[in-house]
Amino acid sequence: MEVIRSQKRTPSNDTVSNPKIPLYLTAPQMEVRLEEFELFAVDRLRVLKGVSDGLARGRNPKEMDDLVDTLWKEHMRDPDASLMFNKDIISHFVLRLVYCRSDELKKWFLSMETALFRHRFRLQNFEAQRAIVGEFGLPYKAVTGAELEGLKERLGQVVRSLGQISPTGNNPIISFSHLVIRTCTFSYGKFLVLFFAVEAVYYKVPFEEVPDLVASRRVLIQKGYAFVAGSQLVSLVVTQFRSHISKALILTNRKWTTTIREREKDRLTPIVEALSTSYLGPDYSQSTEYAEISLKDIDQVAKSSFPLCMRHLFEKVREDHHLKHGGRMQLGLFLKGVGLKLDDALAFWRAEFTKKVGSERFDKEYAYSIRHNYGKEGKRTDYTPYACQKIILSAPGAGDHHGCPYRHFSEDNLRAALGRMGLSSRGMEGVMDQVRNKHYQLACTMTFEAVYGTSCDAGINHPNQYFEESQKILKSKTPPAPV
Amino acid sequence: MTREEIESREDESMMDAPQINKPKPEEFFNVNYLRIYYGNLFPYSDIHKWLSYGHDGKHPGCDEYYFGRREFSFTLENDVYLRYKSFKNASSMEDAIRSHFPYKIDIGAVYSVDPDKRHAYSQTGSNVFTPVERELVFDIDITDYDDVRYCCSGADVCSKCWPLMTVAIKVIHTSLTEDFGFKHILWVFSGRRGVHCWVCDPKARRMTNEQRSAVAEYFRVYKGNENNARKVALMGYSLHPFLARSYVDYLKGFFEGELQATQSIFSTKDKYEKILAMISDEDIQSELRGKWENSARSSLSEEAISLVRWEQLKNTLQSKKHKAPTLRMCVEEIVFTFTYPRIDLEVSKQMNHLLKAPFCVHPKTGRVCVPIDPNNCDEFDPLAVPTLSQLIEEINSGGSRMDVDDDSDDSDTSLLGKSVKFFRSSFLEPLLKSCKEEIESSYKTKIGKSKDSLSW
Repeated sequence: MEVIRSQKRTPSNDTVSNPKIPLYLTAPQMEVRLEEFELFAVDRLRVLKGVSDGLARGRNPKEMDDLVDTLWKEHMRDPDASLMFNKDIISHFVLRLVYCRSDELKKWFLSMETALFRHRFRLQNFEAQRAIVGEFGLPYKAVTGAELEGLKERLGQVVRSLGQISPTGNNPIISFSHLVIRTCTFSYGKFLVLFFAVEAVYYKVPFEEVPDLVASRRVLIQKGYAFVAGSQLVSLVVTQFRSHISKALILTNRKWTTTIREREKDRLTPIVEALSTSYLGPDYSQSTEYAEISLKDIDQVAKSSFPLCMRHLFEKVREDHHLKHGGRMQLGLFLKGVGLKLDDALAFWRAEFTKKVGSERFDKEYAYSIRHNYGKEGKRTDYTPYACQKIILSAPGAGDHHGCPYRHFSEDNLRAALGRMGLSSRGMEGVMDQVRNKHYQLACTMTFEAVYGTSCDAGINHPNQYFEESQKILKSKTPPAPV
Repeated sequence: MTREEIESREDESMMDAPQINKPKPEEFFNVNYLRIYYGNLFPYSDIHKWLSYGHDGKHPGCDEYYFGRREFSFTLENDVYLRYKSFKNASSMEDAIRSHFPYKIDIGAVYSVDPDKRHAYSQTGSNVFTPVERELVFDIDITDYDDVRYCCSGADVCSKCWPLMTVAIKVIHTSLTEDFGFKHILWVFSGRRGVHCWVCDPKARRMTNEQRSAVAEYFRVYKGNENNARKVALMGYSLHPFLARSYVDYLKGFFEGELQATQSIFSTKDKYEKILAMISDEDIQSELRGKWENSARSSLSEEAISLVRWEQLKNTLQSKKHKAPTLRMCVEEIVFTFTYPRIDLEVSKQMNHLLKAPFCVHPKTGRVCVPIDPNNCDEFDPLAVPTLSQLIEEINSGGSRMDVDDDSDDSDTSLLGKSVKFFRSSFLEPLLKSCKEEIESSYKTKIGKSKDSLSW
């Protein structure tokens, strides 16, 4: 990619027979004006930020499809299809330069570009999707004829097992509705009879290539191969896409640090360096002025300002004098973000845990990992507190108390917990409604609004954000203490 | 991290003299026993052969440094923990074990560079010290079933609840072989109350964390803690073929047979209320509750009562299951809640997770972590596994001279010898055969490629 200053535009020659979504497999051979270098990147960044926001708010896949469609049309559209295509490619490669430069940047970029690709892919029709699969040059053959016959019964079982929204989050209903379209449905009295048809095309793919389909048991697996339906192609390509971008970022980083950064230090480098700083939301790893809490305040502050997930964990620590690993991580990092210093943290956990396990065991088994969380041990990474998205996706098991109560609690337990937070029964209905629709973060936001009597337009997407906003409100209400 | 302590070596000649005092019954695990165990019984060369995966230096395609890049960790007396240990070969592994006599030995991943030398590479910035191979492992612990077993809780295990582990092995093993196509699978008793599984196929060892996580999630059904009552939620109009097969081949029979007999899960109000809470319809709950409260003073045995109530529950749900989607597979959900394997997901998901080595001795029970035959796991009895004191007793009484390194000794009938023989014949030999084939063929490919590149 050549970056030039001139106004002249040489026509690019690679837009002719490409599918609508580029795969970014090779750097484009075209000239880019300097102004466009930055502008295109900024527009794409707005799209990626919008995607990030949508994911953080727990939008389901269909909502994300619509969101991506809207964002793309708003920021990336151009009446000339080939210009739009060029902008797509150029902006991606510029952002690769921006986001290859650290692990955290790479991780964010990889997640967002993959999500963007996934939803753009889902918006395509089946033929366009198959064309993109072809572009990847995947060697997987379609299963037909006798082999398909032999698998039909079990493939049917898989299809029927998906015929309902699963409570675990990733809504498979899209694949179901695809099938409904292809099958017959008719009403019989009060019942809607659905014929579940096995699709006509299945691909035989090594199970390693479709981890998300395996994890959610949405495919038949036999002797190491997964049988992927045409409507599930998105999983296959997304894995390929992510893997390719991940490798590319490493190479880009190498090129950046060895040649480009120096060579471009008066031209592109300042632009690249400026582009990355402003678009990742605060990560709360450094606590702000509001939040230096001390050990003696902690019970009071937990009651007044902690979001439900952390209140629950905190109460459980006080009650059981113990928490399993998931809970220790979620609460421990939150407390760090809230401003609890390492010494106070050690004192807090020690005071509770020693009631159950004794001080020697505490030192041996738990103190190390608390120090580890604060970046004082091991590879000394200063771990960041978990955002809602991560917490919602966690999987509390037997004896665990972490996760998102709006998602992981039964209705009764959630109502009881909300009652203890002071919600009226009317306020609770609104929250439970959001929960039923799986909008867990909106539920938490509504709780926040009900508890503090104010609106929260930004929406809660991080427990530490909840805490800070809450503290802001409480501090503005109480008059300063007399000197 | 604590620094290594180099213990002074005991005089070797002391090992041979069987002048050990008869062990008191309560002392089943101590350093002296460990010395004898690690001095005479631990199968060093078998473990080394296994973890070398055919890279024994005899073939030009071998990577002679492969074994040396494997991480081990030792837990010593007084909970001293030593990580990132690595050994060049079997004898340096043996020397290290026999100088530390660790209470526990864990096996980690094979890394990109020798774990001992990892710091030498951390200067370059980009993370060169990284795991490259690791078996796909599973850990099943019976304490994770405490909410559904009534005979024991916590660290205890007995013949009534151990069958839960047996069923878990059957379900997981069948899936690993039939669904995932794995061939080299080792099941090991964890020494007290659970089992470990090591999948050693090359494909498995090279899996990424994401792929491991996917397999672990595939196996996951139970999603519970005290905050929700319905811990198994089977949605949809049928079971996934894997779950269906597990249900039909193993779980249903176990639930209706052995489990009912040993746990009597309906016999008291406390017990049956727990099950009623899994039915998401208040009316059905009340109907059944009414029936059962009335029959509380029946003269039938606990087991018979349980069976009767189970039949009543099934019949009621069968007729009413169309009332709501959550009732559709309520019967299956109950069976799964009580019987389906509960694996520790975290153990399986990450390559750098360490897991206890086979043939270690469990410090709390003194039992050896012996392999379990998945095709014969009904026969396995955790309470009959050889203990340290039994093994030492055997040596004392001049029993068969245990030369575990002697491959040709078919008449080794010693307590541990049987396990070592099983390890060798069912697991190690087929594994090594296939590893050698792989090394051979990838070597040939490499040679072929370089030949091609030279041709005009």
